[in-house]
Amino acid sequence: MNLTELSLRQMRSALDKKEISSAELTQSYLDNIKKTDAKIESYVTVCEEAAMEQANAAQERINANEVSPLTGIPLAIKDNICTEGVRTTCASRMLEDFIPPYNATVMEKLNNENAVMLGKTSMDEFAMGSTTQTAYEKKTKNPYDLEKVPGGSSGGSAAAVSAMLAPAALGSDTGGSIRQPSSFCGVTGLKPTYARVSRYGLIAFASSLDQIGPIARSAEDCGYLLNRVSGFDPHDGTSMHMAVPDFTAKCGQGVKGLKIALPKEFFEDGATEFVRKTVLSAAEKLKAMGAELVECSMPALKYAVPAYFLISSAEAASNLARFDGIKYGHRSEKGSTYGELIMNSRSEGFGREVKRRIMLGNYALSSGYYDAYYGKACALRQEIREEYNKIFETADVILTPTAPRTAFGINENITDPKMIYYSDICTVTVNIASLPAISTTCGYDESGMPVGMSIIGKMWDEETIIGAADAFEKTFTRIPAKGVC
Amino acid sequence: MAGYVPVIGLEIHAELLTHSKVFCTCSAEFGGDTNSRCCPVCSGLPGTLPVINETAVEYAVKAGFALGCDINKFSVFDRKNYFYPDLPKAYQISQLNLPLCINGLVPVEYEKDGVKTTHDIRINRIHLEEDAGKLTHNDLEGVSLADYNRCGIPLIEIVTEPDIGSAEEAKAFVEKIALLLKYAGVCDCKMEQGSLRCDVNISLKKPTDTVLGTRAEIKNLNSIKAIGRAIEFEIYRQAKALDMGQRIVQETRRFDDNRGETRSMRSKENANDYRYFPEPDILQVNMTDEQLMSIRSDMPEMPDKRLIRYTENFALSETDAKIIINEKTISDFFDDSVAAYNNPKAIANFIISEMLRRINLGEISLDDIKFSPVNFAKIIEMAETEKINKSNAKDVFRALIDKPEIDSEKLAKDLGFIIETDMAKVIDVIAGVISANETAVTQYRNGEVKVFGFLMGQCSKALKGVATSKQIKEELEKMLKN
Repeated sequence: MNLTELSLRQMRSALDKKEISSAELTQSYLDNIKKTDAKIESYVTVCEEAAMEQANAAQERINANEVSPLTGIPLAIKDNICTEGVRTTCASRMLEDFIPPYNATVMEKLNNENAVMLGKTSMDEFAMGSTTQTAYEKKTKNPYDLEKVPGGSSGGSAAAVSAMLAPAALGSDTGGSIRQPSSFCGVTGLKPTYARVSRYGLIAFASSLDQIGPIARSAEDCGYLLNRVSGFDPHDGTSMHMAVPDFTAKCGQGVKGLKIALPKEFFEDGATEFVRKTVLSAAEKLKAMGAELVECSMPALKYAVPAYFLISSAEAASNLARFDGIKYGHRSEKGSTYGELIMNSRSEGFGREVKRRIMLGNYALSSGYYDAYYGKACALRQEIREEYNKIFETADVILTPTAPRTAFGINENITDPKMIYYSDICTVTVNIASLPAISTTCGYDESGMPVGMSIIGKMWDEETIIGAADAFEKTFTRIPAKGVC
Repeated sequence: MAGYVPVIGLEIHAELLTHSKVFCTCSAEFGGDTNSRCCPVCSGLPGTLPVINETAVEYAVKAGFALGCDINKFSVFDRKNYFYPDLPKAYQISQLNLPLCINGLVPVEYEKDGVKTTHDIRINRIHLEEDAGKLTHNDLEGVSLADYNRCGIPLIEIVTEPDIGSAEEAKAFVEKIALLLKYAGVCDCKMEQGSLRCDVNISLKKPTDTVLGTRAEIKNLNSIKAIGRAIEFEIYRQAKALDMGQRIVQETRRFDDNRGETRSMRSKENANDYRYFPEPDILQVNMTDEQLMSIRSDMPEMPDKRLIRYTENFALSETDAKIIINEKTISDFFDDSVAAYNNPKAIANFIISEMLRRINLGEISLDDIKFSPVNFAKIIEMAETEKINKSNAKDVFRALIDKPEIDSEKLAKDLGFIIETDMAKVIDVIAGVISANETAVTQYRNGEVKVFGFLMGQCSKALKGVATSKQIKEELEKMLKN
């Protein structure tokens, strides 16, 4: 039995039957990390000792037959989720030495089940980016081709899952940060409905858009993990009192009668020819399986990227203002006044992309500019929501490419930030409209890089998109990442 | 330097009396060891989120009711962004466009040129926000220390229209606001502890001007006296400048209590751009009619209504009524006493002459009155119905302060004050007093009536609990004539 190839459900069963121990399982992943992560650089921090301790504690529960679904199962956690006593850096020099004194709610939930944390995964600095190349320490590589980016911002989580360095991971998604790296790394990633998962302890990028979600090797594993971290949280004033159903309930049930909408703009401006063809042929495949394809349109898509960057940067500028080097985080050696001290600390602590967004956000909120920028972006947000509502009047789910193209080369050296921003065009509307969406692999390009498609669902309807992605995955054979072999 | 009309508007910050802070569960009490009352949320650690304290919203609405405001059933929180080390998140959660309360009205009474005047001051808005921490600067060591205990204590900001015309009026207004907030039970209004603070916006104009002059804002005044002095100085400063043909600069000023002067802190050019935007971490507040009705039904009777009731129903003088109303605890105690013994005037007199005196002497704590209104009222009832002599009532009261749980009638009895009339003994004692004080008696009989008090005192002392004062007096008069 190759331990690192088991699905989460298979792990549960093997652990419960005592066919394997949590320590063996954890060790096999730690071995993989030791073997290959020097090349992939997906982990910022590997918690070797702590993971083995957790595995042994979990084993006691298993031996006592007091298990929860994730007891003894190892996971990777994105480095913007606060973990008590474990460094949480947001891949920034600013938080290089930050050790949170508290756990994020998702961590409390995982710890209560005695899940095992393998380590903290790299990301774009403060989750701003789609390459994981803005990370201060670990600029993660794509396991399919080490010369290519893994996507971002949850590039570390996606690459770790893709390279068998974790069976599943938590990421966060503000404008595509779970789906796009999942697409680039050939794995499955789910961005839940806004407010489905508590944000308490997730170091905020853009509060109205951020969501924690799972990255795993299948839609079913994503659902399995999502179930364990969802639900109302009294520490998050925006989380909702919504029932948490079995998100995997529709797995194995096919797509017969499912109405799938294809908004044409996503296939026109939103994708290269190859990606477009691959996703459309996946749609045909779903149709052949009994789904019904519906044509539709989202005219506001052309405004989506500017609206997204205005809203997210405005919120980010405010969220990141607290990093002044006074109570925690990087503090400059230079500066004799408060003003100088925070200016120097922030100048030294933040990278270029983060600074760019802070400046953009503050500009958009400045007096005299608010209505022209932030105000307009909020109006567009409303417009995009309405267009989604309209599409959902005649469709159950929406199918789009996850990214306009497959993973780009690390050395392509794209210097125009706008070009990188526009590569988020397929994913940002989902966050703007608070919807759930899942990305799964639907093909490979000529150089073997994975192509992802996204299935977007109605608010709170993760079950249906997980079911649809699961149906597709069962007909599709994935090619394992070769960069690690 | 005459001929200017001051135009004054106030911003009053009041800390709400909730148990916990506005966005976390830390204690909101005053004081505490440095940084002992903070948690990851109120100290602004990365990843933390605010959760609104519903009691704080309720208290802000109560303040709105107390100040005659309309309540916005739909209200939004915003972020006010600025860097300052006492603000750990580098933004304050506040309210900009949709505050909880708007359009209030507070009638204020004050003396203008020696004449009693009433003026309605309009309240523009009341919004809910969080307090910041406290900084201590140590110039000797060149360090600044931050204490975040105060950080996140719920604060309401009350903003008036520029309806105030003088220092006297401003002072009376703040006193009135403090009284109303105390009645609503939402703020203890201890200016010396900073639970009530005031910013003053002031400009001058000529009586004929239709537009307002350029204003200065004086920040953080923390006593009624300072408010008055700051306004007076500012009127003087601005009038002098205008007389000299200078322009008033729009700026923020600080009041130096020692020098009695205001000094410039920063001008408008250097003012912060707060980059307000809706707080994404807090859902909009939606209040139902039922919620508002339930909050309103929880409001006590307010001072203006009490004044009418006391003067019209109870026939108290306005002065007496106001003395009682000025402290809600006293006013409530008065009402409860009247409920036990329906003689408002006698009870009011006794409260004003005896009880308040004992409170001022520190013998009774206003926050913790140990004897019951029923037991208290009984003393006055005994005196009024001549069960005891009126002059003995305060001795019974003093005994009650020492033994608040003992029935006051028993206290009177133990002191021998309960009157059981024995006229034979009265006559006997009076005869004794007359023969022992021949000089005084002669003086009295020669028309020096004032010595009667002395003789009466001698008799009363010896006749405690034997007869009422009236009986003694009548008998003494009769016997002196013979």
